[in-house]
Amino acid sequence: MTETVAFTVNGRAVSVKVAHEETPLLDVLRNTLRLTGTRFGCGLEQCGCCIVLIDDKPEKSCGRSIASVAGRNVTTVEGLGTPDQPHPLQEAFLEEQAGQCGYCLSGILISAKALLDRNPSPSRAEIARALDDNLCRCGTHNRILRAVEKAAARLRERRT
Amino acid sequence: MTSSLPSVLADNVRLDQWLNFATPGQVEIATGRVELGQGVLTAMAQIAAEELDVDVVRIKVRSGDTDCTPNEGYTAGSQSMQAGGIALRQACAEARKLFLDDAARRLGCAAAELAVQDGRILRNAAATSWDYWAQAQSVSLAIPATGTAARKARAHYAIVGRNAARIDLPAKLFGNPTFVHDMTLDGIAGGSAGELARDLARDMARDLAHDLAHARVVRQPNRGATLVSIDEAAVRRAAYEPISFVRDENFLAIVGDDETAVDAAAAVAADHATWSGAEPPSALQQEANWLLQRSAIDRVIGAPAADSPRGLQNYEATYTRPHLAHASIAPSCALALYRDGRLSVWTHCQGVYPLRAALARMLKLDPTAISVRHVQGPGCYGHNGADDAAADAAVIALRMPGRPIRVRWRRQEEFAFEPVSPAMVVKVRAKLDAAGHPVDWTTEIWSGTHQGRPGGGANLLAGEALPNPPAPPPPTDVPEAAGGGATRNAEPLYDIPGKRIIHHLVLEMPRRTSALRSLGAMPNVFALESCMDELAERAGADPIAYRLAHLSDPRGRRVIERAAAMANWTAGNPRQADRGQSSRDQASRAKGIGFAQYKNRAAYAAVIVELEVDESVRLLRAWCEPTPDSSSIRMLSSTSSKAASSNRRAGSSRSKCGSIMRAAARSTGRPIRCCASVRSPRPKSNWWRRTPTCRSALARRPPARLPPRSATQSHARSACVFAICR
Repeated sequence: MTETVAFTVNGRAVSVKVAHEETPLLDVLRNTLRLTGTRFGCGLEQCGCCIVLIDDKPEKSCGRSIASVAGRNVTTVEGLGTPDQPHPLQEAFLEEQAGQCGYCLSGILISAKALLDRNPSPSRAEIARALDDNLCRCGTHNRILRAVEKAAARLRERRT
Repeated sequence: MTSSLPSVLADNVRLDQWLNFATPGQVEIATGRVELGQGVLTAMAQIAAEELDVDVVRIKVRSGDTDCTPNEGYTAGSQSMQAGGIALRQACAEARKLFLDDAARRLGCAAAELAVQDGRILRNAAATSWDYWAQAQSVSLAIPATGTAARKARAHYAIVGRNAARIDLPAKLFGNPTFVHDMTLDGIAGGSAGELARDLARDMARDLAHDLAHARVVRQPNRGATLVSIDEAAVRRAAYEPISFVRDENFLAIVGDDETAVDAAAAVAADHATWSGAEPPSALQQEANWLLQRSAIDRVIGAPAADSPRGLQNYEATYTRPHLAHASIAPSCALALYRDGRLSVWTHCQGVYPLRAALARMLKLDPTAISVRHVQGPGCYGHNGADDAAADAAVIALRMPGRPIRVRWRRQEEFAFEPVSPAMVVKVRAKLDAAGHPVDWTTEIWSGTHQGRPGGGANLLAGEALPNPPAPPPPTDVPEAAGGGATRNAEPLYDIPGKRIIHHLVLEMPRRTSALRSLGAMPNVFALESCMDELAERAGADPIAYRLAHLSDPRGRRVIERAAAMANWTAGNPRQADRGQSSRDQASRAKGIGFAQYKNRAAYAAVIVELEVDESVRLLRAWCEPTPDSSSIRMLSSTSSKAASSNRRAGSSRSKCGSIMRAAARSTGRPIRCCASVRSPRPKSNWWRRTPTCRSALARRPPARLPPRSATQSHARSACVFAICR
């Protein structure tokens, strides 16, 4: 049984063949499309490492079937920015050196982007709440919160 | 003069093991220490740049590769800077001196007239035509270090002691392939394995993984369990895509091109396998108190108990901690390739040389036919499943020559089979004088070993399932000279005339136990500091005043006093309520303190936290006063992140929250079960749940070896969530 599913990843239209329509989106991103920036953490929707945007909503891609994203827009960390043109969040995370092992960061950047897209001026508590589905096991939380605050401020400046 | 060499440099004495100038404009350094999330690569680059007088961006770091880095054993024990860093520093100082002496000969001047500026040789501050790279052809580094070159004086530091950006961070923020979980070996036919390892980012970015085979292991439930049968057809049906089985005695793996199919097969495989001799641990075995009646090696460290003078009161209290999981953010993973009689292994383990030796033992190969290379993994806090995943991949690769094999453990597998930090029971017996001051102190400890690493002779997990598994080595623990295992931090720093440790090394544990951050220091400091709080309470004394009354160590006193000042601690205010707090807050909030010096000889730390104890326990604020312990740590004390501060933080400061929570619980009169907010998994319906052993089975259906008790997982969860930052 082979299924073909068409959707958009980081603005690029893709069509992938999978053995089963319920193949997790995460596996398609990592193995078929080679977008390994979205990390595998638990496969149980518990850690947040694999969070991507599906039509601007943060979702755990290990728990989403490929069939469920047909025709949808998926944004992964690779779609945020590049070293030459970093997203303000990536800039701020670099400036704050917000990372230790860094395994959680892809999902955290995506969760933070979803927050800032809907709330340009989040309080610290709102940032913490928005990131509460993302685990960081190393203990980088305070730097990460500072980085998100800094990125929010920068985005506001650029809009005005 | 080699006697004065740092020990790691003496073990790897040739300078070209540590650095070379083969690429113009670049310095390649090699370290046996590996990046575990602590920032060690950046710190090493800073050390080399400082000692060589080059810009830090010129430094390229090779790390943890049995083909091309020094053998430094394990990256463990907060030793990377003080043991590995000092060796690299000395090697760089010697290289610099060789280049300056060479330049002096060429220029016909004294070396004292020369200096180095970003790799260029200056004579009396004026440019010359020489630099490291121009001289590299004639200055051989294939010579032993002598220990005679002077290292740069700290007063002249321009790089070390300042913040530097982590060299590993950009790749992680732009989603590049970074971790061994992301790795493939495409294009291996076009280049040697060694070349591949040396520029991993380049190779990992190559597209399409035609050759890569994904593998999952169907774990032997315990040593001695025998695989009676496996219903291969049933497992294949779950996979949708072709899979194959690799079996040798009790080692069974599922291998296939499609990772999704392999995962689906692995999710059901345990249900279709029949084992004899499976011995799941009982609920009782998971309790720390189970340790009390076991066979053990007993030792007494310190003064024997003297006959007590009359009139002393006895105080005794028992503290326990269950088995503790590492709970890294991702499960263990490794990649292996066996080709042309050579085995190459890519792993996120802490010690590539010890792993190579253990693989050679298990596979009966010559160690020189094996290359082991470190690739980054999820944050590592001690001996997790990384070595075992590498062994799994190697066992499969040997049976499938020419195919790169990537094994990734499943989340359940990680919790159930990684070595855990052993449960411990710590009993404190204090004899108190009339004023309530302790005059005699016994810390009695029951624990499994904290040293189960393959480098200490322990078997790799796969080896126990292969034919003729070797006997496990007799249990030992980390010697006190190396900081101790179960005995780490068991001696209180307080002024007590008679002190001793009684250590019971329990011989057989229900699970494999090994090193996890700070080893025994966490439960020991929990016990000691909790007991000090209880004694203070008995004496009607303020907990900080009581500690200071028994502590003459000036640095210890200083960190406690400074933490108290930071937290606005006021004596005679047991809950440390702030002015203006509502009465409700006063009833539910309290502050508490913990204090320790890591290994009783490294960094001091005092931590005060404010907790809210209500239906749940919430950490509201924390104040920490750490003091770096010696010049070797101070040298790097303000580099960017954890590598520099590991000695300040490791173990001691983290160990305290438990005792502080107890103190807070006592003063608020409410029980404490576990830290911070803990949430239940919220399974959502998806296709995995159609199978009987669904991927979220962890919560409902214990695997053959039970995962640690909920308190352990709660600890892991609570240590990770952002909610605690609110």
